[in-house]
Amino acid sequence: MNLAHALALAKKDWKRIFREPAFLFMIILFPVLLTVAFGTSFGAVGGSQASSLNLGMVALGGNSTSSTQFYHELQATGVLKIVSYSDNGTAQSALNQGRLQAVVLLPANFDETVQSFWANPTQPRTWTNSTLSIYLDKGSALTVQVIPSIVSQVLDQGILGAKPTNQALPISISAPSQVTVKGSTVFQSFAPGLFAFASIYMIMMVAQSFTGDRENGLLRRILVTPTTSTDVVAGSVISYLVIGLFQALLVFACVYALGYVPAGGAPALLVGFFIITVFALCNIGFGLITAAIAKSAGAATGISFIFLMPQLFLGTFVGSALSSTAQAAGRFLPAYYVTDALTTLWTRGAAVTSTAVVTDLAVVSVSSVVILLAGIQVFDRFGKS
Amino acid sequence: MQRENSQAATAIAIEGLTKDYGDVRAVDGLTLSISEAEVFGLLGPNGSGKTTTINCLTGILKPTSGTLRVGGFDVRTQGLEARRVTGVSPQETAVYSYLTGKENVELFGKLYSVRKGALEPRVNYVLEKVGLLEESGRRVGKYSGGMKRRVSIAMALVTDPKIVLLDEPTVGMDPQARRSVWDFILELRDEGKTIVLTTHYMEEADELCDQVGIIDHGKLIALGSPTDLKEKYHARDLEDVFIQLTGRRIREGA
Repeated sequence: MNLAHALALAKKDWKRIFREPAFLFMIILFPVLLTVAFGTSFGAVGGSQASSLNLGMVALGGNSTSSTQFYHELQATGVLKIVSYSDNGTAQSALNQGRLQAVVLLPANFDETVQSFWANPTQPRTWTNSTLSIYLDKGSALTVQVIPSIVSQVLDQGILGAKPTNQALPISISAPSQVTVKGSTVFQSFAPGLFAFASIYMIMMVAQSFTGDRENGLLRRILVTPTTSTDVVAGSVISYLVIGLFQALLVFACVYALGYVPAGGAPALLVGFFIITVFALCNIGFGLITAAIAKSAGAATGISFIFLMPQLFLGTFVGSALSSTAQAAGRFLPAYYVTDALTTLWTRGAAVTSTAVVTDLAVVSVSSVVILLAGIQVFDRFGKS
Repeated sequence: MQRENSQAATAIAIEGLTKDYGDVRAVDGLTLSISEAEVFGLLGPNGSGKTTTINCLTGILKPTSGTLRVGGFDVRTQGLEARRVTGVSPQETAVYSYLTGKENVELFGKLYSVRKGALEPRVNYVLEKVGLLEESGRRVGKYSGGMKRRVSIAMALVTDPKIVLLDEPTVGMDPQARRSVWDFILELRDEGKTIVLTTHYMEEADELCDQVGIIDHGKLIALGSPTDLKEKYHARDLEDVFIQLTGRRIREGA
């Protein structure tokens, strides 16, 4: 590959962005307008809470009759969705990433405590006492207010069968630990999806660029110079990687101005922007495949929607409003992992080394490189003439 | 305007070139030798195989059979080397409308790896030669068809190539611009460059070409200097020769 050739072609693409109204709109104005529209519609004022409360339950003594009963009693309240975890670390991680609103930790001697109570309900001296711990998402007012009282009620009346009196019981609830988990407004939960949403339109831009150049004889003209098709594709990759990063910075500036403050500090920002930039490779790949299939720039616009729409609906913020089946389908799309990674990093404040982030990064990187290579191959074979 | 050009070395050698598009044979066993420092005109009706021949010379099309050597390099096996010594202005006006005239020419200078220090003077030189230096800061999208064609020629010449392939270079130009391009082509020839051009303007071929090859149905049907061909076919001008050889029936396609 000749880097000077690739850079010369990349520079030409950058000029196009600012000189052709259609490109300027799709790359610059559209993401800004979209972000402002969502920000003002779903911003902090009037934002809503999560529609259901997810509670993680960890039985440190393992599954027992009492812990199973506790699980079912909590479930029976109809207010909570209970997720059972075998260890506290995994549950805490889920809480940090916003998948749970609270975690209840049943002590190792929970079953023994309940058994000792029922053996002699009126003889407190014979009981084995224990303490139950609760961790709460402090960003959710509903969680902080509701969950401790539900847990207490289920424990006292469901498990210990006590009447609501001041009678002493063998299980106490420690003061709830409140965990900082961001994402309390609709906009805050939607904001990470805007990055993938804006970037996905790059598919259309890349496809139109290549098909337009092919229609006008420019692609052929370049290929009769000492420039190779590798140089041409490399130029496009360089230009759209930079455009992707620029677009991400622009969207970031907009969401920040509208009140979205990402958690995690500089490392989270760096990793987030890295993931968005890598995702641009995927969109370039889909753009090349589209350009190889399409006969004209006009057809490229239509065909690009084959790759664009599923990612928009199933891989960005729109996905959170879809059915579980549709959300499961989203897991086959790179955009889903970009949105998930940014949500985990910036909205939920998870560490950059957390399993979810590392997994998302790996999936986005591998799938983007594979799609880009496929795009190069397909375009080289079918798209040049 | 024709020049004595005996014993010149071969710049382009085509041997038995055949190109099929499915069942259609566009070029049929074409053999041709073009000398260095010569303006060679490839003439023929629409669909006769001129552009296909040019595209095979540039390496864009792979011949069905036959060999092509450009500047001493086999186009099939030494394509990159052949492209380095060749400047091409294609039939379509392939220019970037969102770039200025100067930016278009500069881009192709970079794609031909023209040295940074030499690029600016060379760009200005070719733009001046095609009469566009003053307008070179405007975006090409605002140019007339003839101006775009002149930018296209400047893009082909920015690398100072040994061999220049011009596919209908003066289409859409006004007489002044055409005359200016003709002068530039002759100047290039005098510098020792080989120019192959296709044209439908017989007057242009008569004025510029040292040698003319007329092809029809993919076959070479006449070869010689314009003067020799006119004498041989007892014709007043090259157009008479052309009509005698290819007939009066209107051809379709390009």
